[in-house]
Amino acid sequence: MKFWRTPLDIDKLQIPRGELHILKERCKGCGFCVEYCPKGVLELSDEFNSKGYHPPKAVKPEECVNCDLCELLCPDFAIYCVRAEAGEKEVSN
Amino acid sequence: MKADPKNVLTGAHYLDGNHACAEGAIAAGCKFFAGYPITPSTEIAERVSRRFPLIGGVFIQMEDELASMNAILGASWGGVRSMSCTSGPGFSLMMENFGLGLMLETPCVLVNVQRGGPSTGLPTLPGQADMMQARWGSHGDYEVIALAPDSPQESFELAVHAFNLSEKYRMPVLIMTDECVGHMTEKVVIPDADQIELIERRYTDKKPGEAWPFEETEDLVSPMLPVGQGYKFHVTGLTHDYRGYPVINAEAQHKNVSRLMDKVRKHADDIIWLEEKDVDGADVVVVSYGISSRVVQPAIQRAVKDGIKVGQIKMVTVWPFPEKRIAELAGKVKSLIMVEMNFGQVFLEMDRCAKGKCETYLVGHAGGTVHKPDEIYKTIKEAAK
Amino acid sequence: MSAKVEEQVREEHPLEKILRMDRIPHIWCPTCGLGTTVTALSSALEQLQLDTNKVAVVSGIGCTGRVAGYMKLDSFHTTHGRAVPFAVGLHIARPDLKTIVFSGDGDLISIGGNHFIHTARRNVDMTIICVNNFIYAMTGGQVAPTTPLTAKAATTPYGNAEHPFNLPLLAASSGAVYVARWTALHVRRLTVAIKEAIQKPGFSFVEVIAPCSTLYARINKLGTGLDLMKFYHDNSVIRHGADLNDVDIDFQSKIVVGKFVDIEKPTYIDCLNAGNKRAFGDKYKPYGGGNGDN
Repeated sequence: MKFWRTPLDIDKLQIPRGELHILKERCKGCGFCVEYCPKGVLELSDEFNSKGYHPPKAVKPEECVNCDLCELLCPDFAIYCVRAEAGEKEVSN
Repeated sequence: MKADPKNVLTGAHYLDGNHACAEGAIAAGCKFFAGYPITPSTEIAERVSRRFPLIGGVFIQMEDELASMNAILGASWGGVRSMSCTSGPGFSLMMENFGLGLMLETPCVLVNVQRGGPSTGLPTLPGQADMMQARWGSHGDYEVIALAPDSPQESFELAVHAFNLSEKYRMPVLIMTDECVGHMTEKVVIPDADQIELIERRYTDKKPGEAWPFEETEDLVSPMLPVGQGYKFHVTGLTHDYRGYPVINAEAQHKNVSRLMDKVRKHADDIIWLEEKDVDGADVVVVSYGISSRVVQPAIQRAVKDGIKVGQIKMVTVWPFPEKRIAELAGKVKSLIMVEMNFGQVFLEMDRCAKGKCETYLVGHAGGTVHKPDEIYKTIKEAAK
Repeated sequence: MSAKVEEQVREEHPLEKILRMDRIPHIWCPTCGLGTTVTALSSALEQLQLDTNKVAVVSGIGCTGRVAGYMKLDSFHTTHGRAVPFAVGLHIARPDLKTIVFSGDGDLISIGGNHFIHTARRNVDMTIICVNNFIYAMTGGQVAPTTPLTAKAATTPYGNAEHPFNLPLLAASSGAVYVARWTALHVRRLTVAIKEAIQKPGFSFVEVIAPCSTLYARINKLGTGLDLMKFYHDNSVIRHGADLNDVDIDFQSKIVVGKFVDIEKPTYIDCLNAGNKRAFGDKYKPYGGGNGDN
């Protein structure tokens, strides 16, 4: 059952696209960004940074919608998101 | 800078030491007072609370002395001359953040109207037994500046002087008065505002981004940084470097603490203020401070009549201790006598500096009343033998 | 290796202008919630477009006490429990500045508890952000006045025998005009709460429940900070305007979050001015701060 209506201007709406920046050396591997990315964009990598933590990597970067949640949750200021210039995609119903 | 005439109650007044002290602070431009009621100091807070509204100051009665001490530090960093007053038990509580004031190098003035201790002791009677607490009461190693007025007139004058020293050396300054001076009412002459010289706070002349709160300077006193002007500085009670950033190691500790101490030690000659009388050629010199320096006088006069060569030193500043002068005198006189209302606190310093080169005597008692001239006279007689 | 590291770190994170980058990385453990709370405050300041020259942050001691050192603002790291009275003095001297106290539960409510309630009572215009991790973390995980009954700590190895404070109730009953509680996971709502708190004239209080993985989670065998975040996810109940008698936090119980109090009341300086106006009439110039020369 659907509890929401389809927006009338759905054909005009575009889902924003984000570009992820991961500052690997600052990461302490808490996994907050991986856990709470609503699009499952991130995964902890096998790679080590110089502190010995596994920083995240974007496994589905094209899915990023620039919601900034990873940036807001990261306790180490190690990840941020900027709006991608092009490549916004249409909202599918 | 001259005092602001609207703050100065020019004229002759009949005031007790506490009220005079409050007037001195106001004349010195104090605009923030945080305090907590405690006998026998409260008149200072009361006077300030009455006087402040029309001259743009704020008095706030805090929840305790811990808060009072912190609030005056906060206000001082806000750019306002600030002070608090207390007595023994409150002084103990303030010691924690007196240390913060020293560490953050924050100008402010703290008055201790001393009463008998320890603990609640003698709330309404005088003592001078907080002198070593003034020197060492907060943890760690540091130097302090403490002044001791002997009259209401001097309470006024030293309040102004205390603010000047605190701004000059960027540190909290103590006024160690006592119940006797605090509650003694005498004529106090408050001069014209243009007769009152004030030392202005030194702020950095560098631009934001280039200035740090504890820069190394030749005189060891770093100019302060103003809040709200984009300097975005950090200060901490942790051991820190010139940037104000915490650095937790022995080297930084040595540098930080040495500077705090040298700031006073290297300027000791400028800070120390002694009033000497008939010291040259004296056999016996009576050293005292605060109310005790008035009580010694009849005893000295009697001894002089007996033909004893007695000199007197009144220590207007007790800390830093006049080490050099005492050491010098010790080589010249037969004996030094310390008169103070405790069982020998500043006496220990005098004795240390005399290094056995002369006899040292203590005329001390536990407080509660001033000395009887007789006891002092007897000691002078004995010391002259 | 190190040259490469340097290069990577030099990328510009959007919060870099409000953080002291010369002090980052911070000292907080992996999965600590403090960094997230700092981000919330930073985002709030940015969204409010406040002149950051006019914002001062005051901290006490403890893990949270270190916040002042990482924010590129006029910042004061004071003694244990004394951030609030220091901030009172600073605020009265400079009421034109936004004064923010960022402190931990032990610092603010245990050793600083008296200052907290009295400053709330006076309704001094400042914002208090209290990061509650249920434990004294910096000193090694000792019991705090917020540690839930039965929870373990380094000094309650057999479980805490004391009832904890209900901080929103304490703040509200002491006189706070704005009281909210969120967890470090509710980072957007937390940012909104901090924004509202900063804009609110008077004593505003935001409690942030934040994970301490190294001590609280480890001693109580609750996993990592991430597990605590998941716990907040599953067990937080948003209830705006909740009856504050019902927002106690028991060991691993539901956590009621939301905006609880948002009322209007004259601030300390408002009352000071009103009182002096009554006493002196036009002779009194309303207090605006500084050395009285304004």
